[in-house]
Amino acid sequence: MDMLSSLGDGFAIALTWQNIGLALLGCFLGTIMGALPGLGPSNGVAILIPLAFTLGLGPTASLILLTSVYYGAMYGGRISSILLNIPGDEPAMMTCLDGYPMAQQGRAGEALTLSGIASFVGAFFATWGLILLAPQLVKVALLFGPAEYFALFALAFATLGGVSSTNQAKSAFAAMLGLGLAMIGVDTQTGVPRFTYGEVHLYDGIDFLVAIVGLFALSEVFIFLEHRHGSADAAGKKIVVGRLTPSWSVLKKCTPTMLRSTVLGFLAGVLPGAGASLGSFIAYSMEKKLVDRDGTFGKGDPRGVAAPEAGNNAAAGGALVPMLALGVPGSGTTAVLLAVLLALNITPGPLLFQNNPDVVWGLIAALFIANFMLLAMNIPMVGLFTRVLMVPPRILMPVVAMVSFVGIYGISGSSFDLMVMVGFGVLGWVLRKFDVPLVPVILGTLLGNQMENNLRRAVTISNGDWTTLVDSALSIGLWTVAVVGFLLPIFVGGMVRRRMRRAGDEEGSIRD
Amino acid sequence: MSDRIFGAVGLFIAILFAWSATQIQESFLSDAVGPKAFPIIIATILGLASGAIMLRPDPNPTWPALGRLTEILAAIVVMLLYAQLLPELGFVTATALASAYLTWRLGSGPLQSVIIGICTSIGIYTVFHLVLGLSLARGPFGF
Repeated sequence: MDMLSSLGDGFAIALTWQNIGLALLGCFLGTIMGALPGLGPSNGVAILIPLAFTLGLGPTASLILLTSVYYGAMYGGRISSILLNIPGDEPAMMTCLDGYPMAQQGRAGEALTLSGIASFVGAFFATWGLILLAPQLVKVALLFGPAEYFALFALAFATLGGVSSTNQAKSAFAAMLGLGLAMIGVDTQTGVPRFTYGEVHLYDGIDFLVAIVGLFALSEVFIFLEHRHGSADAAGKKIVVGRLTPSWSVLKKCTPTMLRSTVLGFLAGVLPGAGASLGSFIAYSMEKKLVDRDGTFGKGDPRGVAAPEAGNNAAAGGALVPMLALGVPGSGTTAVLLAVLLALNITPGPLLFQNNPDVVWGLIAALFIANFMLLAMNIPMVGLFTRVLMVPPRILMPVVAMVSFVGIYGISGSSFDLMVMVGFGVLGWVLRKFDVPLVPVILGTLLGNQMENNLRRAVTISNGDWTTLVDSALSIGLWTVAVVGFLLPIFVGGMVRRRMRRAGDEEGSIRD
Repeated sequence: MSDRIFGAVGLFIAILFAWSATQIQESFLSDAVGPKAFPIIIATILGLASGAIMLRPDPNPTWPALGRLTEILAAIVVMLLYAQLLPELGFVTATALASAYLTWRLGSGPLQSVIIGICTSIGIYTVFHLVLGLSLARGPFGF
């Protein structure tokens, strides 16, 4: 009951004209960003953060805007998967498998509607899952002391590469690079400058917004320049949407699929290091095993469209659970959302639910509202979004670059930050060439100082005794999971990876 | 081979980072751990990871041809120039120039590039400055 009244308060916060407007804008922009190949949820949200920040939006309003973009991108990714056989973002990869064959059979409209409904089901139930699970996780998290937090951060980094990582050494490298970058600046506890080499601009440390926008958005521009991939993927192809409404029998056949996929996707989202791509992958493979008796999967089976879409949208909701309840995000986009909270001076984690219930519940209410908006936008108005696919990257990419510059310049007004951002863009490009995941770098930059503070607090409390780190059952448990989570992918990861690879080949280490 | 070089560079960075960490001035008011310990832990793991990358390299990534590489370098130079010239030229002029260059390199025709550049710049200026009220760099002409 307590929960429902909190949710009611949340709706009261979310249902102001400004917040509804922001949610609508976010959903619209998000769907476009998801639909356009090359712009995924993480870069979409990354570009918009500085804007939300410079516009002086409050924490709740900013989060509503940006999570709407996040949910919207999850919906939008399917459009180009179905129509062009090119995933709009990585989680939509699996949707190509049955979506494109359906489009070839002239059932594109049906596939789009069906996947829209599946996305809605996935996101809707995942938001309920978030409401039920997050407060329980908060109760556990309140038992955490500094030593447990340090272990929790270690766990997040160890598992972030996850089962889909190609090389655990590279994930570790990325995480340490991020943590190392976070060390730059004046030490918060003793006030001595570290790694600044006399450069005054570095005393404040590296602004993680600069790092995020550079690594995600600018590196994408370099990738496009490298391939000189300037014309629209849709150019020269005729897009026929066709009839929009699937028959009742198809919907009925897909309902159990959607529900099963939602559960799986949600779990994949909550677990650290899994994220939406894995959510859609697991959902698809399991449905294939369960219901594909006539071997129709991969040849345009509607259930093969419903499963991954329900799965990835549910995972998107699930990924918000650890981000909000523990302050430790499990995926790229939630890491970026965490950056928003930190930039607005809000400490995520268990205390968020106590100190800023308006932010949490306002956000959750906004997720419900955004979800209905997205359903409305993505079914009758899907034709509008298919037009967006005609915009060629040669026009789009300069706009992305320039908007990134505008956002960062708007915050600090300093040319130095812009130069640092270009530097991060280059770094992002190089790391992506080497298949080093970018998400741990971001997470390291974000959480580095908190991680160090918890370590120092824990050891200081015990008068310099380092064994305090593994003193409680809880922290031993967390360390064990961290170690297993890091080592497991080395042994079983190859198998899962090969299957995902077979399902579709994709460049880019931006994963969600 | 690429990965071996990458690992070697990573190892070098790790050593440099560790050395820099030992150079940090200790304050007389320090906690039990001090400002050096955590950076040194990071450097150690960074070094181990780099070593692992060096010893067990992945297959080579496909590197772009020299022409493409110069393309990227040129774009970097243009972006750095943009960062420097933004306060001098003002937002509209600098952005028009930079986006015209980028769209030209991505395959627009010369005249088209100029038009796209100007439209992008004015479009962003309208949306972000005139509508949303964001403060952008002012040049000699006030925009």
